[in-house]
Amino acid sequence: MNCHAAFVYSDDLLGYHFHEDHPFNQIRVTLAKELLEASNHLNSDDIIKPRMATDDELKLFHDHEFIETVKKAGGGKLSENEGLPFGIGTEDTPMFNGMHEASAMLVGGTLAAVEAVLEKEYSHALNLGGGLHHGLKRKASGFCVYNDGAIAIKYIRQKYNLRVLYIDTDAHHGDGVQWAFYDDPNVCTLSIHETGRYLFPGTGSVNERGIKEGHGYAFNIPVDAFTQDESYLQVFETAAKQVAAFFKPDIIVSQNGADAHFHDPLTHLCISMSIYEKIPELVHQLAHTYCGGRWIGLGGGGYDHWRVTPRAWAQVWNVMRYGKVATGNIPEHWLEKWQKQAPVSLPNTWHDPESTLPTIPRKAEISEKNARMLEAAMKYATNLK
Amino acid sequence: MLVEDIMNTDVKTLSPTDSIAAALKMFREHKIRHIPIVNAENEVIGIVSDRDVRDASASIFDNGSKSDLLLQNELQTIMSSPVVTVHPLDFAEEIASIFYEKEFACVPVVQNGKLVGTVTEKDMLYTLIQLTGTNEQGSHIEVKVPDRPGILPEVTAIFGKRKTNIVSVLVYPCNDDPAYKILVFRIQTMNPIPVITDLRNAGYTMVWPQDDKEPKL
Repeated sequence: MNCHAAFVYSDDLLGYHFHEDHPFNQIRVTLAKELLEASNHLNSDDIIKPRMATDDELKLFHDHEFIETVKKAGGGKLSENEGLPFGIGTEDTPMFNGMHEASAMLVGGTLAAVEAVLEKEYSHALNLGGGLHHGLKRKASGFCVYNDGAIAIKYIRQKYNLRVLYIDTDAHHGDGVQWAFYDDPNVCTLSIHETGRYLFPGTGSVNERGIKEGHGYAFNIPVDAFTQDESYLQVFETAAKQVAAFFKPDIIVSQNGADAHFHDPLTHLCISMSIYEKIPELVHQLAHTYCGGRWIGLGGGGYDHWRVTPRAWAQVWNVMRYGKVATGNIPEHWLEKWQKQAPVSLPNTWHDPESTLPTIPRKAEISEKNARMLEAAMKYATNLK
Repeated sequence: MLVEDIMNTDVKTLSPTDSIAAALKMFREHKIRHIPIVNAENEVIGIVSDRDVRDASASIFDNGSKSDLLLQNELQTIMSSPVVTVHPLDFAEEIASIFYEKEFACVPVVQNGKLVGTVTEKDMLYTLIQLTGTNEQGSHIEVKVPDRPGILPEVTAIFGKRKTNIVSVLVYPCNDDPAYKILVFRIQTMNPIPVITDLRNAGYTMVWPQDDKEPKL
């Protein structure tokens, strides 16, 4: 099934760059885009341009003081001590030239995606430059400065008054977005991630369910380290379907971090590319079942820039635009161009071959533990309210 | 950490001549489980827990008038006495051992003979959560180190060089090797890899992430 979908892109999205050695690198967006172009799956008329988010839009979620601090940092006028209370100038979110503009551009990209779906004729829109889910109200955190997802959801709530389901499949807990809507019954957040036992940020336990009016509208699915495809898919599929059926959203915003893959250097989950095909397929199906198709896709984490994230993100677009994932070989043209720069051997198929998947000794125990966790997490989604 | 840093100072109390019914009402209204019993001088002379009250109440299967009658008894007939109390300047850790050894869940804090606060098991747990740092964003790593003086600054210097802020440090014994200790750090970063690499290069053994037990690490 072909759908009318928008791909947000311009080179302006690449300005969000801390430094060469930093794990968060927007080259991923370029790699995914060129992979799609080489596959003839992305045409110039699919592309819409991001815009810079205004200060007022940023203030839908962030504090004025924080925004001013980011501006000063980007202009080279912020001392180390001034930055630290705002999380700026740390190893995770160091200062860089033009920090504010670059960060506001990512937010504007996500807002352009929202406008494409809610004001224009598009059903779906994808901003791979966005998905910076750790950004807090007055603090940069976990590679994220402005939280485009939280701002976009505030924007949707304020301007269109729609009920939003946020689905976050990054391996790290989507804490910034969760806290932004923790007391809001009109925004339901669902995050599946590696348990916070070892991994940043440490939150995202099943018992975080929201407060006040919003109690029962935050869902957390923390899976164990070394979880593999079968167990991951079982818990994610059950959770996403139950939560969507319970909440009946008007629009879905999905964060598509690609760092749960067994190649990812920062996390301990062990899923393969097959899950990065199943996730967009399921979200796509839910968007058409409940939301008349309205679906905003965002990027996020994903720290194997070469082997994992480009394929995973390209598949989100393949599902959005064509209703199905790409299969078979990766285009030669793309491999030739990028293999020269890549420090690792690039994969030549869309799927991960069976032989490359890791063997996990405690697989059965991990799967059993995840299944029990799921029961606890779904406690409120199975009861009718 | 001192008792005065973690105690509740807004304490609900009753007098020994108040009724059990009054205690029951207070438990329900304030969602508490322990009430210090004080005399007119605010000196602690007993303590009543929700379990004491339950023990003194009629069975739920007895819905006759017996239950109302029982609840009219004075609290001094059921309160525990004498009471184990602590001082505001005692160490918080000492209370943890009181809870562990005596198997009750609340101690009144007394200064100059007068009640000034209480500490419950729940307060203690809250304090432990603060100590482990799990209430702040961070990544968790564990290092096995030889048990000798000066080891902690050697290890933490590696974090300092990377400008990585430490949220909390815990030291616990290494069960299978008494000559070693396990250091548990919560560090304020989403990318612990540079620090882990430095630690490994300096010759330390990582307990988490593991060196070779699981395939991707």
